[in-house]
Amino acid sequence: MEPKSMSKQLRARRTLIYIFFGILTLLSLIPFIYMLVNSTRSLVQITSGVSLLPGSSLAHNLQILKGYGMNMWQGMGNSAFISIMSTAISVYFSALSAYALTAYDFKGKKIIYGFIIALIMIPGQVSMIGFYKFMIQLNLLDNYIPLILPVICAPASIFFLCEYMSTVYNKDYADSARLDGASELKIFHRIMLPMMKPGLATMGIFGFIFSWNNFMMPLILITNQKLYTLPMQIQVLTANGGGGHVVEWGAVYVGVSIAIAPTILAYLLLSRFIIGGGNAGGVKG
Amino acid sequence: MENTKKSVRKKKSNFEKYNRFGYYFLIPFFVGFLLFTLYPMIYSIAISFTSMNGWQSFADATNVGLQNFITLLTSTPLFMKALGNSVMLWIFTFIPQVLLALILAAWWTNRKLNLKGSGFFKTVFYLPNMIMAASIAALFGGIFGYPTGLANLLLQNLHLINHPFNFFQSVWGTRGIVIFIQFWMWYGQTSIVYIAGITSIDEGLFEAARIDGASDGQIFRRITLPLLRPIVLYTFVTSFIGGLQVFDIPFIMTQGGPQNGVYTLSIFIYNQAFAYRNYGLASAASVLLLIISAVVSILMFRGFRERVNIGGEG
Repeated sequence: MEPKSMSKQLRARRTLIYIFFGILTLLSLIPFIYMLVNSTRSLVQITSGVSLLPGSSLAHNLQILKGYGMNMWQGMGNSAFISIMSTAISVYFSALSAYALTAYDFKGKKIIYGFIIALIMIPGQVSMIGFYKFMIQLNLLDNYIPLILPVICAPASIFFLCEYMSTVYNKDYADSARLDGASELKIFHRIMLPMMKPGLATMGIFGFIFSWNNFMMPLILITNQKLYTLPMQIQVLTANGGGGHVVEWGAVYVGVSIAIAPTILAYLLLSRFIIGGGNAGGVKG
Repeated sequence: MENTKKSVRKKKSNFEKYNRFGYYFLIPFFVGFLLFTLYPMIYSIAISFTSMNGWQSFADATNVGLQNFITLLTSTPLFMKALGNSVMLWIFTFIPQVLLALILAAWWTNRKLNLKGSGFFKTVFYLPNMIMAASIAALFGGIFGYPTGLANLLLQNLHLINHPFNFFQSVWGTRGIVIFIQFWMWYGQTSIVYIAGITSIDEGLFEAARIDGASDGQIFRRITLPLLRPIVLYTFVTSFIGGLQVFDIPFIMTQGGPQNGVYTLSIFIYNQAFAYRNYGLASAASVLLLIISAVVSILMFRGFRERVNIGGEG
Protein backbone atom coordinates (compact mmCIF):
# COMPACT_ATOMS: atom_id res chain seq x y z
CA MET A 1 0.00 0.00 0.00
CA GLU A 2 1.58 3.27 -1.05
CA PRO A 3 0.87 6.37 1.12
CA LYS A 4 -1.10 8.19 -1.58
CA SER A 5 -3.81 5.59 -2.09
CA MET A 6 -3.89 5.13 1.67
CA SER A 7 -4.72 8.77 2.20
CA LYS A 8 -7.29 8.63 -0.58
CA GLN A 9 -8.99 5.74 1.14
CA LEU A 10 -8.79 7.62 4.43
CA ARG A 11 -10.36 10.68 2.87
CA ALA A 12 -13.23 8.63 1.48
CA ARG A 13 -13.78 7.10 4.91
CA ARG A 14 -13.79 10.50 6.55
CA THR A 15 -16.32 11.82 4.05
CA LEU A 16 -18.65 8.90 4.74
CA ILE A 17 -18.30 9.48 8.48
CA TYR A 18 -19.14 13.17 8.09
CA ILE A 19 -22.22 12.30 6.03
CA PHE A 20 -23.27 9.90 8.78
CA PHE A 21 -22.70 12.64 11.39
CA GLY A 22 -24.83 14.94 9.26
CA ILE A 23 -27.70 12.45 9.31
CA LEU A 24 -27.42 12.07 13.09
CA THR A 25 -27.36 15.86 13.45
CA LEU A 26 -30.59 16.14 11.46
CA LEU A 27 -32.09 13.39 13.60
CA SER A 28 -31.21 15.33 16.75
CA LEU A 29 -32.47 18.68 15.53
CA ILE A 30 -35.48 18.04 13.27
CA PRO A 31 -37.97 17.30 16.06
CA PHE A 32 -37.12 20.59 17.74
CA ILE A 33 -37.15 22.57 14.52
CA TYR A 34 -40.50 20.99 13.60
CA MET A 35 -41.82 22.01 17.02
CA LEU A 36 -40.58 25.61 16.83
CA VAL A 37 -41.84 26.13 13.28
CA ASN A 38 -45.23 24.61 14.00
CA SER A 39 -45.72 26.70 17.10
CA THR A 40 -46.07 29.62 14.69
CA ARG A 41 -48.41 27.91 12.23
CA SER A 42 -52.17 27.52 12.23
CA LEU A 43 -53.85 24.16 12.69
CA VAL A 44 -54.80 24.05 9.01
CA GLN A 45 -51.20 24.65 7.97
CA ILE A 46 -49.83 22.07 10.42
CA THR A 47 -52.21 19.35 9.33
CA SER A 48 -51.99 19.98 5.61
CA GLY A 49 -48.27 20.00 5.01
CA VAL A 50 -44.69 20.09 6.23
CA SER A 51 -42.83 23.36 6.10
CA LEU A 52 -39.61 24.84 7.39
CA LEU A 53 -40.93 28.39 7.12
CA PRO A 54 -42.59 29.90 10.17
CA GLY A 55 -46.23 30.97 9.90
CA SER A 56 -47.96 33.92 11.48
CA SER A 57 -50.17 32.23 14.05
CA LEU A 58 -47.91 32.41 17.11
CA ALA A 59 -50.14 34.94 18.88
CA HIS A 60 -53.25 32.90 18.02
CA ASN A 61 -51.65 29.70 19.34
CA LEU A 62 -50.60 31.46 22.55
CA GLN A 63 -54.19 32.65 22.94
CA ILE A 64 -55.51 29.09 22.63
CA LEU A 65 -52.91 27.89 25.10
CA LYS A 66 -54.16 30.49 27.56
CA GLY A 67 -57.71 29.30 26.88
CA TYR A 68 -56.78 25.86 28.26
CA GLY A 69 -56.76 27.62 31.62
CA MET A 70 -53.10 26.98 32.11
CA ASN A 71 -50.60 29.61 33.07
CA MET A 72 -47.30 28.36 31.64
CA TRP A 73 -45.42 31.37 33.01
CA GLN A 74 -46.52 30.39 36.49
CA GLY A 75 -45.47 26.81 35.80
CA MET A 76 -42.10 28.07 34.65
CA GLY A 77 -41.76 30.16 37.82
CA ASN A 78 -42.64 27.14 39.96
CA SER A 79 -40.17 24.91 38.14
CA ALA A 80 -37.48 27.59 38.34
CA PHE A 81 -37.99 28.06 42.08
CA ILE A 82 -37.78 24.34 42.81
CA SER A 83 -34.80 23.81 40.51
CA ILE A 84 -32.80 26.77 41.82
CA MET A 85 -33.40 25.88 45.46
CA SER A 86 -32.64 22.20 45.05
CA THR A 87 -29.54 22.93 42.94
CA ALA A 88 -28.15 25.33 45.55
CA ILE A 89 -28.76 22.81 48.33
CA SER A 90 -27.37 19.84 46.46
CA VAL A 91 -24.26 21.74 45.30
CA TYR A 92 -23.45 22.93 48.82
CA PHE A 93 -24.09 19.70 50.70
CA SER A 94 -22.62 17.42 48.04
CA ALA A 95 -19.46 19.54 48.08
CA LEU A 96 -19.36 19.33 51.87
CA SER A 97 -19.72 15.53 51.80
CA ALA A 98 -17.17 15.15 49.01
CA TYR A 99 -14.76 17.38 50.91
CA ALA A 100 -15.19 15.27 54.04
CA LEU A 101 -14.37 12.12 52.05
CA THR A 102 -11.38 13.65 50.27
CA ALA A 103 -9.65 15.80 52.86
CA TYR A 104 -9.97 13.85 56.08
CA ASP A 105 -8.78 10.45 57.23
CA PHE A 106 -11.19 8.62 59.42
CA LYS A 107 -12.33 5.13 60.14
CA GLY A 108 -14.92 3.73 57.78
CA LYS A 109 -14.21 6.28 55.03
CA LYS A 110 -13.85 3.67 52.30
CA ILE A 111 -16.97 1.86 53.45
CA ILE A 112 -18.96 5.11 53.38
CA TYR A 113 -17.68 5.87 49.88
CA GLY A 114 -18.61 2.40 48.66
CA PHE A 115 -22.00 2.81 50.30
CA ILE A 116 -22.60 6.11 48.48
CA ILE A 117 -21.76 4.46 45.15
CA ALA A 118 -24.14 1.63 45.96
CA LEU A 119 -26.89 4.17 46.69
CA ILE A 120 -26.62 5.52 43.15
CA MET A 121 -27.93 2.18 41.90
CA ILE A 122 -31.13 2.19 43.96
CA PRO A 123 -34.16 3.18 41.86
CA GLY A 124 -36.16 6.10 43.23
CA GLN A 125 -39.41 4.16 42.81
CA VAL A 126 -38.33 1.82 45.59
CA SER A 127 -38.83 4.39 48.35
CA MET A 128 -41.53 6.38 46.54
CA ILE A 129 -44.60 4.99 48.28
CA GLY A 130 -43.07 5.18 51.75
CA PHE A 131 -41.91 8.71 50.96
CA TYR A 132 -45.42 9.71 49.89
CA LYS A 133 -47.00 8.26 53.03
CA PHE A 134 -44.33 9.91 55.18
CA MET A 135 -45.03 13.29 53.57
CA ILE A 136 -48.76 12.86 54.25
CA GLN A 137 -47.94 12.31 57.93
CA LEU A 138 -45.85 15.49 57.94
CA ASN A 139 -48.65 17.32 56.13
CA LEU A 140 -46.29 18.22 53.29
CA LEU A 141 -48.43 17.39 50.25
CA ASP A 142 -48.84 20.37 47.90
CA ASN A 143 -45.63 21.72 49.31
CA TYR A 144 -42.27 22.19 47.61
CA ILE A 145 -40.18 21.07 50.60
CA PRO A 146 -40.28 17.36 49.67
CA LEU A 147 -39.19 18.27 46.14
CA ILE A 148 -36.24 20.34 47.38
CA LEU A 149 -34.83 19.13 50.67
CA PRO A 150 -34.09 15.44 49.86
CA VAL A 151 -31.20 16.52 47.60
CA ILE A 152 -29.08 16.92 50.77
CA CYS A 153 -28.46 13.25 50.11
CA ALA A 154 -27.46 13.16 46.42
CA PRO A 155 -25.12 10.17 46.01
CA ALA A 156 -24.44 10.67 42.29
CA SER A 157 -23.39 14.29 42.89
CA ILE A 158 -21.15 13.32 45.80
CA PHE A 159 -19.55 10.59 43.70
CA PHE A 160 -18.89 13.01 40.86
CA LEU A 161 -17.45 15.68 43.18
CA CYS A 162 -15.23 13.15 44.97
CA GLU A 163 -13.77 12.13 41.62
CA TYR A 164 -13.35 15.78 40.71
CA MET A 165 -11.82 16.77 44.08
CA SER A 166 -9.24 14.03 43.90
CA THR A 167 -7.75 15.90 40.93
CA VAL A 168 -7.72 19.43 42.43
CA TYR A 169 -7.38 18.93 46.19
CA ASN A 170 -4.11 20.09 47.69
CA LYS A 171 -3.58 19.56 51.41
CA ASP A 172 -1.02 22.40 51.66
CA TYR A 173 -3.68 25.09 51.31
CA ALA A 174 -5.73 23.65 54.13
CA ASP A 175 -2.68 23.19 56.33
CA SER A 176 -1.43 26.72 55.91
CA ALA A 177 -4.89 28.07 56.67
CA ARG A 178 -4.92 25.90 59.79
CA LEU A 179 -1.64 27.42 60.90
CA ASP A 180 -3.30 30.81 60.53
CA GLY A 181 -5.97 29.59 62.90
CA ALA A 182 -8.84 29.19 60.41
CA SER A 183 -11.67 26.89 61.45
CA GLU A 184 -12.40 23.77 59.38
CA LEU A 185 -15.71 25.13 58.15
CA LYS A 186 -14.02 28.39 57.17
CA ILE A 187 -11.38 26.47 55.23
CA PHE A 188 -14.17 24.70 53.35
CA HIS A 189 -16.03 27.94 52.60
CA ARG A 190 -13.11 30.23 51.80
CA ILE A 191 -10.61 27.91 50.16
CA MET A 192 -12.15 24.64 49.02
CA LEU A 193 -15.47 25.84 47.55
CA PRO A 194 -13.74 28.41 45.27
CA MET A 195 -11.19 25.78 44.27
CA MET A 196 -13.97 23.39 43.22
CA LYS A 197 -15.86 25.92 41.10
CA PRO A 198 -15.61 24.18 37.69
CA GLY A 199 -16.70 20.86 39.20
CA LEU A 200 -19.52 22.54 41.10
CA ALA A 201 -20.68 24.27 37.91
CA THR A 202 -20.89 20.97 36.02
CA MET A 203 -22.66 19.23 38.87
CA GLY A 204 -24.99 22.18 39.37
CA ILE A 205 -26.05 22.19 35.73
CA PHE A 206 -26.88 18.48 35.88
CA GLY A 207 -28.72 18.96 39.18
CA PHE A 208 -30.72 21.85 37.77
CA ILE A 209 -31.71 20.02 34.61
CA PHE A 210 -32.63 16.89 36.55
CA SER A 211 -34.90 18.91 38.80
CA TRP A 212 -36.33 20.98 35.92
CA ASN A 213 -37.21 17.80 33.99
CA ASN A 214 -38.43 15.78 36.98
CA PHE A 215 -41.99 14.59 36.40
CA MET A 216 -42.87 11.71 38.67
CA MET A 217 -42.25 13.20 42.12
CA PRO A 218 -44.25 16.42 41.53
CA LEU A 219 -46.97 14.31 39.89
CA ILE A 220 -47.32 12.33 43.11
CA LEU A 221 -46.97 15.16 45.62
CA ILE A 222 -48.66 18.16 43.98
CA THR A 223 -52.39 18.35 43.29
CA ASN A 224 -53.02 22.10 43.43
CA GLN A 225 -52.98 23.40 39.82
CA LYS A 226 -51.37 26.66 40.92
CA LEU A 227 -48.35 24.70 42.14
CA TYR A 228 -47.96 22.59 38.98
CA THR A 229 -44.47 22.36 37.49
CA LEU A 230 -43.78 22.59 33.75
CA PRO A 231 -43.66 18.83 33.06
CA MET A 232 -47.05 18.44 34.77
CA GLN A 233 -48.49 21.21 32.63
CA ILE A 234 -47.08 19.50 29.53
CA GLN A 235 -48.88 16.34 30.55
CA VAL A 236 -52.20 18.20 30.91
CA LEU A 237 -51.56 19.87 27.58
CA THR A 238 -50.88 16.53 25.88
CA ALA A 239 -54.01 15.05 27.39
CA ASN A 240 -55.94 18.02 25.98
CA GLY A 241 -54.30 18.19 22.59
CA GLY A 242 -53.01 14.72 21.93
CA GLY A 243 -54.30 11.21 22.32
CA GLY A 244 -55.08 10.97 18.65
CA HIS A 245 -58.05 13.34 18.86
CA VAL A 246 -56.26 16.36 17.53
CA VAL A 247 -57.23 19.62 19.07
CA GLU A 248 -54.91 22.58 18.60
CA TRP A 249 -51.46 21.24 17.81
CA GLY A 250 -50.10 24.76 17.42
CA ALA A 251 -50.92 25.47 21.04
CA VAL A 252 -49.34 22.20 22.17
CA TYR A 253 -46.14 23.06 20.29
CA VAL A 254 -46.06 26.56 21.80
CA GLY A 255 -46.38 25.04 25.27
CA VAL A 256 -43.67 22.47 24.66
CA SER A 257 -41.43 25.17 23.17
CA ILE A 258 -41.86 27.30 26.29
CA ALA A 259 -40.90 24.32 28.45
CA ILE A 260 -37.89 23.36 26.36
CA ALA A 261 -36.48 26.76 25.33
CA PRO A 262 -34.70 27.57 28.61
CA THR A 263 -32.97 24.19 28.61
CA ILE A 264 -31.81 24.49 25.01
CA LEU A 265 -30.54 28.03 25.65
CA ALA A 266 -28.71 27.05 28.82
CA TYR A 267 -27.36 23.95 27.12
CA LEU A 268 -25.89 25.88 24.20
CA LEU A 269 -24.27 28.39 26.57
CA LEU A 270 -22.93 25.81 29.02
CA SER A 271 -22.31 22.77 26.83
CA ARG A 272 -18.56 22.76 27.53
CA PHE A 273 -19.30 22.05 31.21
CA ILE A 274 -21.92 19.46 30.32
CA ILE A 275 -20.02 17.42 27.74
CA GLY A 276 -16.96 17.35 30.00
CA GLY A 277 -19.07 16.10 32.87
CA GLY A 278 -21.06 13.67 30.77
CA ASN A 279 -19.34 10.71 32.38
CA ALA A 280 -20.58 11.65 35.84
CA GLY A 281 -22.18 8.72 37.59
CA GLY A 282 -25.89 8.28 37.50
CA VAL A 283 -28.72 6.08 36.46
CA LYS A 284 -30.02 6.44 32.97
CA GLY A 285 -32.52 5.03 30.51
CA MET B 1 4.64 16.37 48.23
CA GLU B 2 7.61 14.96 50.21
CA ASN B 3 7.82 18.18 52.19
CA THR B 4 4.16 18.14 52.98
CA LYS B 5 4.33 14.62 54.27
CA LYS B 6 7.27 15.46 56.53
CA SER B 7 5.66 18.57 57.99
CA VAL B 8 2.40 16.72 58.42
CA ARG B 9 4.17 13.97 60.32
CA LYS B 10 5.85 16.55 62.54
CA LYS B 11 2.57 18.18 63.43
CA LYS B 12 0.56 15.03 63.26
CA SER B 13 -0.64 15.29 66.83
CA ASN B 14 -1.86 18.79 66.01
CA PHE B 15 -3.65 17.82 62.86
CA GLU B 16 -5.03 14.45 63.71
CA LYS B 17 -7.86 15.89 65.71
CA TYR B 18 -9.08 17.67 62.60
CA ASN B 19 -9.94 14.38 61.02
CA ARG B 20 -13.05 14.06 63.13
CA PHE B 21 -14.47 16.86 60.95
CA GLY B 22 -14.78 14.20 58.29
CA TYR B 23 -17.61 12.77 60.37
CA TYR B 24 -19.13 16.15 61.20
CA PHE B 25 -19.27 17.20 57.57
CA LEU B 26 -21.03 13.98 56.62
CA ILE B 27 -23.80 14.53 59.17
CA PRO B 28 -26.15 16.42 56.77
CA PHE B 29 -25.74 13.65 54.21
CA PHE B 30 -26.63 10.96 56.73
CA VAL B 31 -29.57 12.92 58.14
CA GLY B 32 -30.87 13.37 54.59
CA PHE B 33 -30.27 9.72 53.85
CA LEU B 34 -32.07 8.50 56.98
CA LEU B 35 -35.06 10.82 56.53
CA PHE B 36 -35.58 10.80 52.79
CA THR B 37 -34.20 7.48 51.61
CA LEU B 38 -33.79 4.88 54.34
CA TYR B 39 -36.94 5.55 56.34
CA PRO B 40 -39.20 5.76 53.25
CA MET B 41 -37.61 2.60 51.89
CA ILE B 42 -38.16 0.66 55.10
CA TYR B 43 -41.69 2.07 55.22
CA SER B 44 -42.27 0.87 51.63
CA ILE B 45 -40.96 -2.59 52.51
CA ALA B 46 -43.19 -2.70 55.59
CA ILE B 47 -46.22 -1.68 53.51
CA SER B 48 -45.43 -4.44 51.02
CA PHE B 49 -46.34 -7.03 53.69
CA THR B 50 -49.78 -5.50 54.30
CA SER B 51 -53.00 -5.12 52.36
CA MET B 52 -52.89 -1.34 52.83
CA ASN B 53 -55.26 0.37 50.41
CA GLY B 54 -57.61 3.29 50.02
CA TRP B 55 -57.17 5.81 52.83
CA GLN B 56 -56.07 3.23 55.40
CA SER B 57 -53.26 4.17 57.73
CA PHE B 58 -50.38 1.80 58.30
CA ALA B 59 -51.67 0.93 61.78
CA ASP B 60 -55.06 -0.16 60.37
CA ALA B 61 -53.60 -2.20 57.53
CA THR B 62 -53.73 -5.99 57.80
CA ASN B 63 -50.51 -7.93 57.77
CA VAL B 64 -50.73 -10.40 54.91
CA GLY B 65 -47.17 -11.71 54.95
CA LEU B 66 -45.90 -12.59 51.50
CA GLN B 67 -49.37 -12.62 49.94
CA ASN B 68 -48.74 -9.50 47.80
CA PHE B 69 -45.61 -11.03 46.31
CA ILE B 70 -47.42 -14.30 45.60
CA THR B 71 -50.30 -12.39 44.01
CA LEU B 72 -47.94 -10.39 41.82
CA LEU B 73 -45.93 -13.36 40.64
CA THR B 74 -48.73 -15.90 40.17
CA SER B 75 -52.01 -14.12 39.48
CA THR B 76 -51.29 -10.62 38.17
CA PRO B 77 -50.65 -10.99 34.43
CA LEU B 78 -50.38 -7.20 34.12
CA PHE B 79 -47.38 -7.16 36.47
CA MET B 80 -45.57 -9.85 34.52
CA LYS B 81 -46.47 -8.04 31.30
CA ALA B 82 -45.14 -4.73 32.70
CA LEU B 83 -41.90 -6.36 33.83
CA GLY B 84 -41.54 -8.09 30.47
CA ASN B 85 -42.26 -4.84 28.59
CA SER B 86 -39.66 -2.93 30.61
CA VAL B 87 -36.98 -5.54 29.97
CA MET B 88 -37.89 -5.90 26.30
CA LEU B 89 -37.96 -2.15 25.63
CA TRP B 90 -34.60 -1.87 27.38
CA ILE B 91 -33.00 -4.62 25.28
CA PHE B 92 -34.15 -3.04 22.03
CA THR B 93 -32.89 0.35 23.23
CA PHE B 94 -29.60 -0.79 24.69
CA ILE B 95 -28.19 -2.92 21.87
CA PRO B 96 -28.31 -0.30 19.09
CA GLN B 97 -27.33 2.41 21.55
CA VAL B 98 -24.14 0.60 22.63
CA LEU B 99 -23.22 -0.41 19.08
CA LEU B 100 -23.57 3.15 17.78
CA ALA B 101 -21.83 4.63 20.83
CA LEU B 102 -18.88 2.24 20.41
CA ILE B 103 -18.54 3.09 16.74
CA LEU B 104 -18.73 6.84 17.42
CA ALA B 105 -16.22 6.59 20.27
CA ALA B 106 -13.82 4.54 18.11
CA TRP B 107 -14.02 7.11 15.31
CA TRP B 108 -13.56 10.08 17.60
CA THR B 109 -10.54 8.61 19.33
CA ASN B 110 -8.90 7.39 16.10
CA ARG B 111 -5.87 9.67 15.57
CA LYS B 112 -5.53 8.61 11.97
CA LEU B 113 -9.03 9.77 11.10
CA ASN B 114 -8.46 13.06 12.94
CA LEU B 115 -12.13 14.11 12.73
CA LYS B 116 -12.93 17.81 12.94
CA GLY B 117 -15.84 19.50 14.68
CA SER B 118 -16.18 16.80 17.31
CA GLY B 119 -17.19 19.46 19.87
CA PHE B 120 -20.14 20.49 17.71
CA PHE B 121 -21.26 16.94 16.96
CA LYS B 122 -20.95 15.82 20.58
CA THR B 123 -23.02 18.81 21.66
CA VAL B 124 -25.72 18.05 19.10
CA PHE B 125 -25.84 14.29 19.74
CA TYR B 126 -26.05 14.88 23.47
CA LEU B 127 -28.79 17.52 23.19
CA PRO B 128 -31.88 15.22 23.38
CA ASN B 129 -30.60 13.87 26.70
CA MET B 130 -31.00 17.30 28.29
CA ILE B 131 -34.59 17.84 27.26
CA MET B 132 -37.56 17.22 29.54
CA ALA B 133 -38.88 13.71 28.82
CA ALA B 134 -42.44 15.00 29.29
CA SER B 135 -41.90 17.47 26.45
CA ILE B 136 -40.31 14.86 24.24
CA ALA B 137 -43.32 12.61 24.77
CA ALA B 138 -45.65 15.45 23.78
CA LEU B 139 -43.49 16.32 20.78
CA PHE B 140 -43.29 12.77 19.43
CA GLY B 141 -47.00 12.39 20.10
CA GLY B 142 -47.39 15.17 17.54
CA ILE B 143 -44.76 13.94 15.11
CA PHE B 144 -46.35 10.48 14.93
CA GLY B 145 -49.86 11.83 15.30
CA TYR B 146 -52.80 10.49 13.33
CA PRO B 147 -53.73 11.37 10.65
CA THR B 148 -51.63 14.47 9.96
CA GLY B 149 -48.45 14.28 12.06
CA LEU B 150 -45.07 14.84 10.45
CA ALA B 151 -44.41 11.12 9.98
CA ASN B 152 -47.71 10.48 8.22
CA LEU B 153 -47.40 13.55 6.00
CA LEU B 154 -43.85 12.61 4.97
CA LEU B 155 -44.63 8.93 4.39
CA GLN B 156 -47.60 9.88 2.21
CA ASN B 157 -45.61 12.48 0.28
CA LEU B 158 -42.99 9.84 -0.44
CA HIS B 159 -45.78 7.44 -1.45
CA LEU B 160 -44.56 4.86 1.04
CA ILE B 161 -48.11 4.58 2.37
CA ASN B 162 -51.43 5.42 0.77
CA HIS B 163 -53.43 6.02 3.93
CA PRO B 164 -52.28 7.60 7.19
CA PHE B 165 -51.08 5.02 9.71
CA ASN B 166 -52.22 5.28 13.32
CA PHE B 167 -48.97 4.54 15.14
CA PHE B 168 -50.53 4.84 18.58
CA GLN B 169 -53.11 2.15 17.85
CA SER B 170 -50.44 -0.30 16.84
CA VAL B 171 -48.58 -2.11 19.64
CA TRP B 172 -45.33 -2.34 17.70
CA GLY B 173 -45.77 1.14 16.25
CA THR B 174 -45.93 2.59 19.75
CA ARG B 175 -43.14 0.34 21.03
CA GLY B 176 -40.99 1.37 18.09
CA ILE B 177 -41.52 5.04 18.94
CA VAL B 178 -40.68 4.54 22.63
CA ILE B 179 -37.59 2.50 21.72
CA PHE B 180 -36.48 5.11 19.22
CA ILE B 181 -36.91 7.95 21.74
CA GLN B 182 -34.93 6.14 24.44
CA PHE B 183 -32.19 5.29 21.97
CA TRP B 184 -32.16 8.83 20.60
CA MET B 185 -31.95 10.36 24.07
CA TRP B 186 -29.08 8.18 25.31
CA TYR B 187 -26.66 7.19 22.54
CA GLY B 188 -24.82 10.54 22.73
CA GLN B 189 -24.34 10.27 26.47
CA THR B 190 -23.11 6.68 26.19
CA SER B 191 -20.66 7.54 23.43
CA ILE B 192 -19.15 10.33 25.58
CA VAL B 193 -18.67 7.86 28.44
CA TYR B 194 -16.91 5.47 26.04
CA ILE B 195 -14.70 8.24 24.66
CA ALA B 196 -13.55 9.01 28.19
CA GLY B 197 -12.86 5.32 28.68
CA ILE B 198 -10.87 4.92 25.47
CA THR B 199 -8.91 8.13 26.16
CA SER B 200 -7.77 6.68 29.48
CA ILE B 201 -6.26 3.61 27.76
CA ASP B 202 -2.47 3.83 27.44
CA GLU B 203 -1.75 5.32 23.99
CA GLY B 204 1.42 3.21 23.80
CA LEU B 205 -0.68 0.08 23.32
CA PHE B 206 -2.29 1.51 20.18
CA GLU B 207 1.07 2.72 18.88
CA ALA B 208 2.69 -0.68 19.35
CA ALA B 209 -0.21 -2.43 17.62
CA ARG B 210 -0.06 0.01 14.71
CA ILE B 211 3.69 -0.54 14.31
CA ASP B 212 3.03 -4.27 14.22
CA GLY B 213 0.70 -3.57 11.29
CA ALA B 214 -2.65 -4.13 12.99
CA SER B 215 -5.68 -2.70 11.19
CA ASP B 216 -8.14 -0.31 12.88
CA GLY B 217 -10.66 -3.12 13.16
CA GLN B 218 -8.14 -5.45 14.78
CA ILE B 219 -7.00 -2.76 17.22
CA PHE B 220 -10.61 -2.08 18.14
CA ARG B 221 -11.48 -5.75 18.70
CA ARG B 222 -8.25 -6.86 20.36
CA ILE B 223 -7.28 -3.81 22.45
CA THR B 224 -10.05 -1.24 22.79
CA LEU B 225 -12.97 -3.57 23.43
CA PRO B 226 -11.32 -5.81 26.07
CA LEU B 227 -9.95 -2.80 28.00
CA LEU B 228 -13.26 -0.97 27.71
CA ARG B 229 -15.14 -3.95 29.12
CA PRO B 230 -15.60 -2.59 32.67
CA ILE B 231 -17.06 0.64 31.30
CA VAL B 232 -19.38 -1.17 28.92
CA LEU B 233 -20.44 -3.29 31.90
CA TYR B 234 -21.05 -0.12 33.92
CA THR B 235 -23.25 1.40 31.21
CA PHE B 236 -25.00 -1.96 30.93
CA VAL B 237 -26.01 -1.89 34.60
CA THR B 238 -26.92 1.81 34.88
CA SER B 239 -28.88 1.54 31.65
CA PHE B 240 -30.69 -1.60 32.82
CA ILE B 241 -31.68 -0.03 36.14
CA GLY B 242 -32.66 3.16 34.33
CA GLY B 243 -34.60 1.03 31.83
CA LEU B 244 -36.66 -0.54 34.62
CA GLN B 245 -37.65 2.98 35.70
CA VAL B 246 -38.86 4.26 32.33
CA PHE B 247 -42.07 6.15 33.05
CA ASP B 248 -42.48 9.65 31.64
CA ILE B 249 -42.48 8.89 27.92
CA PRO B 250 -44.88 5.91 27.66
CA PHE B 251 -47.08 7.34 30.44
CA ILE B 252 -47.55 10.75 28.84
CA MET B 253 -47.71 9.48 25.27
CA THR B 254 -50.25 6.66 25.61
CA GLN B 255 -50.69 5.85 29.33
CA GLY B 256 -49.00 2.54 28.54
CA GLY B 257 -51.32 1.55 25.68
CA PRO B 258 -52.34 0.34 23.16
CA GLN B 259 -53.20 -3.07 24.66
CA ASN B 260 -50.67 -2.28 27.39
CA GLY B 261 -47.92 -2.64 24.81
CA VAL B 262 -45.69 -0.05 26.51
CA TYR B 263 -47.11 -0.52 30.01
CA THR B 264 -43.85 -0.46 32.02
CA LEU B 265 -43.00 -1.58 35.53
CA SER B 266 -42.97 2.01 36.74
CA ILE B 267 -46.39 2.71 35.23
CA PHE B 268 -47.63 -0.40 37.04
CA ILE B 269 -46.26 0.80 40.38
CA TYR B 270 -47.55 4.32 39.82
CA ASN B 271 -51.05 3.22 38.82
CA GLN B 272 -51.40 0.65 41.60
CA ALA B 273 -50.32 3.19 44.21
CA PHE B 274 -51.70 6.50 43.01
CA ALA B 275 -54.59 5.64 40.69
CA TYR B 276 -56.06 2.58 42.49
CA ARG B 277 -54.52 3.18 45.95
CA ASN B 278 -53.42 -0.45 46.30
CA TYR B 279 -50.40 0.54 48.36
CA GLY B 280 -49.59 -2.99 49.53
CA LEU B 281 -49.43 -4.45 46.04
CA ALA B 282 -47.60 -1.41 44.64
CA SER B 283 -44.99 -1.54 47.41
CA ALA B 284 -44.45 -5.24 46.81
CA ALA B 285 -43.79 -4.45 43.14
CA SER B 286 -41.29 -1.76 44.15
CA VAL B 287 -39.54 -4.20 46.50
CA LEU B 288 -39.19 -6.63 43.59
CA LEU B 289 -37.72 -3.75 41.57
CA LEU B 290 -35.20 -3.21 44.39
CA ILE B 291 -34.27 -6.89 44.46
CA ILE B 292 -33.75 -7.05 40.69
CA SER B 293 -31.63 -3.87 40.72
CA ALA B 294 -29.57 -5.04 43.70
CA VAL B 295 -28.82 -8.43 42.16
CA VAL B 296 -27.70 -6.88 38.86
CA SER B 297 -25.57 -4.22 40.63
CA ILE B 298 -23.88 -6.72 42.92
CA LEU B 299 -23.00 -8.94 39.97
CA MET B 300 -21.39 -5.93 38.30
CA PHE B 301 -19.47 -4.73 41.34
CA ARG B 302 -18.07 -8.20 41.81
CA GLY B 303 -16.84 -7.90 38.24
CA PHE B 304 -14.70 -4.82 38.83
CA ARG B 305 -14.50 -4.15 42.53
CA GLU B 306 -10.79 -3.40 42.36
CA ARG B 307 -11.54 -0.35 40.21
CA VAL B 308 -13.42 1.42 43.01
CA ASN B 309 -10.82 3.71 44.43
CA ILE B 310 -11.29 6.56 46.84
CA GLY B 311 -10.16 9.99 45.67
CA GLY B 312 -6.65 11.02 46.74
CA GLU B 313 -4.28 9.23 49.04
CA GLY B 314 -5.75 11.08 52.01
